[in-house]
Parts: sequence; structure tokens; C-alpha cells
Amino acid sequence: MGFFLETLFGGLMSGMLYALIGLGFVLIFKASGVFNFAQGAMVLVAALSMARFSEWIPAWLGFENLLLANVLAFIVSAALMFLLAVAVERFVLRHLVNQEVTTLLMATLGISYFLDGLGQIAFGSSVYSIDVGMPKDPIFILESLFEGGVLINLEDLTAAVVAALLVAALALFFQYTGTGRALRAVADDHQAAQSIGIPLNRIWVIVWSVAGLVALVAGIIWGSKFGVQFTLSTAALRALPVVILGGLTSVPGAILGGLIIGVGEKLSEVYLGSLVGGGIEIWFAYVLALVFLLFRPQGLFGEKIIDRV
Amino acid sequence: MSASDRDQRIGKVMLDLQNISLSFGGVKALTDISFNVREHEIRAIIGPNGAGKSSMLNVINGVYTPQQGGIEFEGRRYTRMNPRRAAEMGIARTFQNLALFKGMSVLDNIMTGRNLRMKCGLLAQALRWGPAEREEIRHREFVENIIDFLEIQAHRKTPVGRLPYGLQKRVDLGRALAMEPRLLLLDEPMAGMNIEEKQDMSRFILDVNDEFGTTIVLIEHDMGVVMDISDRVVVLDYGKKIGDGKPDEVRANEAVIQAYLGVAH
Amino acid sequence: MFYRENGQFKTGYRADQQIFPIRQDRLFIGLLLAAAFVAVPLLASDYLLRAILIPFLILALAAVGLNILVGYCGQISLGTGAFMAVGAYAAWNFGVRFPGMPLVVQILLGGCFATLVGVLFGIPSLRIRGLYLAVATLAAQFFVDWAFLRIAFFTNYSSSGSVSVPPLTAFGLPVHTSLQRYLFVLVFVVVFSLLAKNLVRGAIGRQWMAIRDMDVAAAVIGIRPMYAKLTAFAVSSFIVGVAGALWGYIHLGSWEPLAFDLARSFQLLFMVIIGGLGSIMGGFFGAAFIVLVPVALTNVPHWLGLSLSVDTAAHIEHMVFGALIVFFLIAEPHGLARLWSIGKEKLRIWPFPH
Repeated sequence: MGFFLETLFGGLMSGMLYALIGLGFVLIFKASGVFNFAQGAMVLVAALSMARFSEWIPAWLGFENLLLANVLAFIVSAALMFLLAVAVERFVLRHLVNQEVTTLLMATLGISYFLDGLGQIAFGSSVYSIDVGMPKDPIFILESLFEGGVLINLEDLTAAVVAALLVAALALFFQYTGTGRALRAVADDHQAAQSIGIPLNRIWVIVWSVAGLVALVAGIIWGSKFGVQFTLSTAALRALPVVILGGLTSVPGAILGGLIIGVGEKLSEVYLGSLVGGGIEIWFAYVLALVFLLFRPQGLFGEKIIDRV
Repeated sequence: MSASDRDQRIGKVMLDLQNISLSFGGVKALTDISFNVREHEIRAIIGPNGAGKSSMLNVINGVYTPQQGGIEFEGRRYTRMNPRRAAEMGIARTFQNLALFKGMSVLDNIMTGRNLRMKCGLLAQALRWGPAEREEIRHREFVENIIDFLEIQAHRKTPVGRLPYGLQKRVDLGRALAMEPRLLLLDEPMAGMNIEEKQDMSRFILDVNDEFGTTIVLIEHDMGVVMDISDRVVVLDYGKKIGDGKPDEVRANEAVIQAYLGVAH
Repeated sequence: MFYRENGQFKTGYRADQQIFPIRQDRLFIGLLLAAAFVAVPLLASDYLLRAILIPFLILALAAVGLNILVGYCGQISLGTGAFMAVGAYAAWNFGVRFPGMPLVVQILLGGCFATLVGVLFGIPSLRIRGLYLAVATLAAQFFVDWAFLRIAFFTNYSSSGSVSVPPLTAFGLPVHTSLQRYLFVLVFVVVFSLLAKNLVRGAIGRQWMAIRDMDVAAAVIGIRPMYAKLTAFAVSSFIVGVAGALWGYIHLGSWEPLAFDLARSFQLLFMVIIGGLGSIMGGFFGAAFIVLVPVALTNVPHWLGLSLSVDTAAHIEHMVFGALIVFFLIAEPHGLARLWSIGKEKLRIWPFPH
């Protein structure tokens, strides 16, 4: 039982990590109707930027304080993500207003490849580390209930808390601010939103910047835990089923979807995996998403998809 | 053809709509509508915007399923119809907003109308030998006749997206004609056209009715056209039928005048 | 001046409907085929055949298959690598378990199995589209990746996890040297391209395009969306499966699931987009482009005296592809094939400007 709980908690934690990346997907889709395949590449670029700048800045400016290095690196990286958002809007999105979903999807695929290559040329392609002072020790809880206690990773717990805070902030933003409403209008129909005076390009820059920021946070947490390397961009593909489950337009859905996928992956690997040769983590999330797609394509909390005749 | 000649051509009842009611959620689009359409006639459905005319056509060809009522077509009664079955039974239609296949040429668009009659299987098509080639040519000939009839020969290889609106409307009509329909439903075929284009289109519609004997149901706003070419008229308002009969009868109908022109105070 | 259709009048529909109605085009294709079947064997080096022409031909075939699904029928697929894998492994299993089965039959059976899997994963397309369908095809990709890695039956319980093919013969002739392999692949590619072209210009091709352009209107004409979409998946997967078997048998000789991974799926999708959606020729343009860019990236800096590490070259490749995808989607969604036909249009009136 203790083992089951450990697996469960482990799954919940890894689910939160997925959810962090999924949040970026949801943001952009909710606000511009574009599914951003490049989210993973954005996480990679953000993480690389954070990792390298936290090395370079102290070296250039000649100091040793880790906290200062991290803060400065964060600021620089955030600025970089903002510039990225501007560039994406200027060179890609502006020219694809009101194109169909598949075209935009493939365009983000192209952006993903481009960023992948660019990031590694600019920042290098080895493995780098991020150290933002996250607690790395495991702790034991519930020692009174289970012998030896249940092992929990403090780092994962911190990630979970950060993610929860982010979600709360974003949910409030969309519901209660004017910009949030404008974003939802844009997601519905680009041309209509444009024709009522919503400044499409500024909206898109805002959205992609915020998504970039989310990618930065996700990148820091992932990078802190696993180290930063190019496989990070494909790790984001694991987050896709999370948003399908939760609903592409739902911020809390991303969290719930992440938890379900995280737990499901771990449990299925442990209990089912041994039956069929192991390694089913690769496809478990996707097949689960597929099942959802057949019976409830809008996910748990998404808006019902209406096909206009 | 004189009025009496036309009257003689009109045959028995081909389509009978009985007590059709249709609602979307809480909105009642059609309430207890009954009328019939006779063979070889041109029947117009008119009414103010939002009266439910397009919904009526959608019910006839199976795009919408009415909550109540039944449809009798050529003697057989249905409560549920779907678009494919309607097509197989010989009901074709055009769309108000054009539903042309923008990526294909005029010729290919109209050829899709022959789809139900093309029997050769995948393998035969892949090899394009004997029967497949001959079938393709046979249907091409039929479609070319339609293209001649609609006078769009010069544009046959042009992608339809590039044609002006009036010509696109003709392609839409051509595609419906390619199905060799017994019943042709035209949804505002003259929308957005100038006077010459309307005259052309009226001529085409009359010719289709004359030469091929096709029964036609059309939705139209232009009263002049309606009075000129239709044999009988149905008037809808707010989803209810308020008039049914020959154009002259309907024109004099009090309820119709009120619906269109408002009540004088 | 050279490309005028003037004087080439058609007196029958058969002539008007042929694949290359313009005489100059027929001439061009004739020359191309002559070059492919005669000049190349005489002149090409081993390197050219093995490293460029053979992969180009096989990938072009796969791109033609994918184009039928994505370009003609409008159904997005990110799992093409999986269908190639099914084709390759199925063919291999037949070869191993039924020794003596002819090579061509093995490959075609591989295609058949790919068709089955393709139709299975195409069923979701009846209810979902766009992004959601993309996710479904990704599920296929990851599942198939895993299946060929972990289910030992498929690799005949091989200890290394990879499979290889014995020396090949077809119709009694060996398929061993680069030239023999090249000709073998060339025949497959020419035959299947012709079949594919016939399909897309026939009734089923029009059905596919109708579904792509407006599936609601298609239903009203009597086209069954289910039949159209599933046949698109079936035909596409068959061709892709055959290409997969060729890739494993002829190009690689021995392989593991990694040869058909997600990167391969993306590569094929890029070929189709850059080459031109909805064009058989587009598959060839795209494949040529994708095969030649890495070659150029390795050789051009060398000529210019710069040196590029393999890593950097790979990164630049990613950037180039990514940028080009975006460029083509914005500027010319019909890709190189459209640019080619625009070029021909201009050639028709050359040297006059109008």
C-alpha cells in the first residue's frame, strides 16, 4: 500500500510537470485559436537561455552571487521570450490570419523546428543545469500510517505549488480582465475580432509572451529537475494528451488532465507494463487521449466544439 | 410555352410535406407546415427573412430532421431522411452561400455531381483501363452537355474560386443538374445578381424545367421573378404557412400583404 | 516560344483527359524516364545511387502516399513513420516465416498490412478533424514505435532488437548492387506513381477533394464521407507501407524501429508541404528538396572553406526546414509544384511578357 501511494504521489507530481507545459498550450489556444506545436521548443529555448545566462552573466559581470545571477538570468530570459513572441507575430501569425486550423498547426510545427535549431546554435547543445535553489531532498510523510513513511520529493512538491499558483493567476486573468475577454474573442474568430477593433497583433504578442513566460517557468522547473537538453522539446509532446484530456480551452483542465495522465502513466507502467513488456509510458497518454477524442473530444472541461454547417 | 400549356404539363403530386415542425433548442423554425409539389411544376417558397425557407429546403433534402411530421416523396413515406438518401432518390440542391469545392476546376466540380452514377471500383480506376476510362468519358460527355447548356465552356478548366460570383452560381446549378435530379431545390439562385444575370438564370431555370422536365422548388426574394416563372407559390412567415396557391392568388392574399408590407396604421 | 500549346487541338475527351495533354510535357517526361532508366545506370556513381537517388525515390513514393491523405483528402497525419514501419516489419515477417516467398509479394503484403493499420487509425477521422486527428495519428506513431520495440514476436525474438534481410532476388535476378537496387526501386516508384495519378484524376480523387474542400456539401451530392476518408487512409497507407518495406529492404538492409520514428513522420509531412499539397509531382519535389538540403549543408561550407560540425549542420537543417515550412504555408501552400506550374505558365508566353 505504501508503494502504491508512492507511485500515486510520483504520478501526481510528474503530472504537475506536464500540466505546466500544457498551460502554455491552453493559453495560446484559448486566446488565439492556434494550437502551438512549438510550445515544447519554447520551453527548451527558455530553459537553455536561463541555464546559459545564469552562467554567462556572473562571468561577464564578475560576481558570484547565485541568487543575483538567477534573477538577472530570469529577466533576460523573460525579455527573450517577449522578443520571440514579437517575432512570431510579425513573421508568421500576421500572415496567416484566419487560415484553417491545420495550416496554423503546421506553421507552428515549422516554428518548432526553427526554434529547436536556433536555440541549440545560440546556446549550445550539451546538457546544462539550472540551479534556482529548489530543495532537492526527498522527505518522508505519513510515517505514522505506513511503516517507513511514504517518499515524496520536495522539488516536485514545490513545482506543484508553483503550478497551482500560476493556474489560479491565469484563470483569474481570463475571467475578470478586459484583456482576457478580448483574448477569448480572438480565439473565436480572428476576422470578426479584428473588425470590431481588437488590435490583433498586439493581442497575439501579449498571448505568446505570457505563454513564453509560462514556458520559462516550466523550463526552469523541468531543467532544475532533469537538466536542460534538447530532448526537452520532445518531452513537451508528452504534454499534448494532457490538454486533450483537460480541454484545450480550460486552464484548470490542464492541471486535472496533467494529474490524470501523470498518475495513469505511472500506475499503468507499474501494474500493466510488466504484463506486456514494459515501456508503455510512451503511448499510454496518447491512447488515453485517443479514447477521449472518440467519445468526448472537448475533454473534461473544454467548450463543446461546434462545427458550423 | 403558354400558361395553359404549362398547366397541362403539371402532373401528379410528387412531394407531400405533412405537418412539418422543426425546432432548434427552444427556437421553433417551422410550425406545422403542409404543402405539396406536383411533378414538372416550378414551386416558389417566399417569405420575409428568417421565415424558415432555407430550413424548409434542408428538411426536404435531409440535412435537418423535423421533430414532427412526415415527408412523402414519389409515393413513399419517410419520417427520417439523410442527405445521401435524398441524393440517391433524385433530390438535388444548390446552396445560398454556394458550397462549391474551391480547390477544383469547374469541370471537376460538376463531375462530382455524377459521383452516384460512377460504378467502377478503386482498382479499375487505378489502372484506368477499358471500363474505367470509358465510364469517365461517358460522364464527361454528359457534364459537357451541361456546361454547354449553362454557357460556361470557356471556364471549364478554371478553379472555381477564381470565377466571379454569377458564374459560380451557374456552376452550383450545373453540379446539381449533373445528378439528373427528379426534384431540384434552389436556394436563392439569384441572390446577389444584377438584372442581366437574373434574366440568364431565369432562362436556365425555365429551360431545365422545359427540356428535362425537372420539378423545381425555389426560394427567391425577387417578386418579379417569382411571379414570372413559378406555377405555384408557398408563403412562409415566422415558420408558419400563410399562403399557398397560384402567384396571382397569393399576391392578392391579405395575410401575405401584411407580412411583407406591414400593417398600415 | 518553345512551350506553346498552339496547334495541339484535342478531338476527343480521351485525349483531353490524358495525364500530359501538352506535347512538350510528354516529351519532357519521356526524356526524364529515359534519363532515369538509361542515363543514370550508365553514368551515375555508386555514391550517387546509394546516398541520393535511392533514398530520394523511396521517400518520394512515401510522400506521394502521404499527399493523397493530407493534400487530396485534407486529413492531417503525423504518424506516417508508423505506417512505413508496419510495411517494413510485416514484409520482413512474411519473408522470415514463409521462406521462398517472392520479394515483390513480401513487399506488397507489407503494404496490405499497413493498409489495415492505416484504416484502423483512420476511423477516428470520421468523427474528429484537424488538431484532434493529428493527436490520433500521433497515438498510432507512439504505439507502433513501442510495439516493434517490445513485442518480441514482431522481430522474431531477435536479441538485438533489430532485423535484417538476406541477399535479395526478384524474378530470379539479384537485387544486390547499387544499380540493381536503384532499378528495382525505380520500377516500383514509376508504377505506383502512375496508379496514384490515375486515382487522383478519377472519380475517387474527386471524392477525396470534395471531402477536403467541403464535406457537408459532399454528403448532399451523395458522396459518403466515411468511404472517401477510409479509402484515402487505405490507399495512402498502402503506398506508404510499400515505401517502408522498400526503405528497410533496399535502402537500409537492416533496421530497428528508430528508422521510422516521429522525426521521419515530420520529415514526410515537410516533404508534402514544401513539395506541394494536392500534387503527385509535389511528392517528388519535396523529397528531392529534403534529400538534397543536408547534402548541400555538408558540401557547400566545405567548398566555401568554412567547416561546419555535424551538430551545427543538423541544427541549421532544422532551422532551414522550419523557416521554409512557414514560408511555403504563407506564400505558396501549393509548394514547389505550384511554382513549377507558374514557371510553365510563364514559359508558355515567353518571350512575350503578357
